[in-house]
Amino acid sequence: MDDGDQVFKALADPSRRHLLDRLFETDGRTLGELEAGLAMTRFGVMKHLRVLEAAGLVTTRRSGREKLHFLNPVPIRLIHDRWIDKYTERHVSALAELKTTLEESA
Amino acid sequence: MTSSAVKPQAATTQVYSIFIRATPEQVWEAITTPEFTRRYFHGSEIDSTLEPGSPYKSWSPEREHLWVEGEIVESRAPERLVHTWLSLYDEEAAGEQPSRVAWEIEPQDGGVTKLTVVHDQLERSPKTAAGVSGGWMYILSGMKTLLETGEPLGTA
Repeated sequence: MDDGDQVFKALADPSRRHLLDRLFETDGRTLGELEAGLAMTRFGVMKHLRVLEAAGLVTTRRSGREKLHFLNPVPIRLIHDRWIDKYTERHVSALAELKTTLEESA
Repeated sequence: MTSSAVKPQAATTQVYSIFIRATPEQVWEAITTPEFTRRYFHGSEIDSTLEPGSPYKSWSPEREHLWVEGEIVESRAPERLVHTWLSLYDEEAAGEQPSRVAWEIEPQDGGVTKLTVVHDQLERSPKTAAGVSGGWMYILSGMKTLLETGEPLGTA
């Protein structure tokens, strides 16, 4: 559940990443809005949304008679805190120092 | 490829959820006591009796500035806390209309609690909407780390 496995698995599919990008553009969409313009069946979109929901990347809320889908970026933030920071911090700060040194001497 | 990198406009309803290895009571305490908020909420101190209709205030460290002002709308420990939100930490956002924040706490199987923050009624506060869209992720990630390890994020 708060295990990163499901998040990595959900992100490993281009259709699911595309659905996340669509929610990033406009959040809080119905299934109908999400499937419009996609080369995917309604069943396919529903299947992908279920995987995204199980990974916590999408949450749904009722608004009147509609079920709206929201992007939940928190699991990606957790991966960032757990993985990206750890492995990039040293390199990034080394590069930042190099940039400062080069720009100062220029 | 660049289209996905630019968010045209921050959403007027924003939903953030996180699973935390803690009890609902612990999560409630983390939301409502200054001893906790100080350690994951940008160092801020919550100041509220939590009575519906009473003020919700969030102070900067040492109570130098009032960062957020609002009113408690609903308070049901340890399940649901709703309050209004006016961002005083940003001059432009301070002139906007108040928005609303709901904290929803749901126990799950295996000693895990699901916390969902719904920040809505942001239609007339675009500055706040843009500002909090990255902020809530950082705050919830920090609360999870604090509750699960006893240490604030980034001190390891």
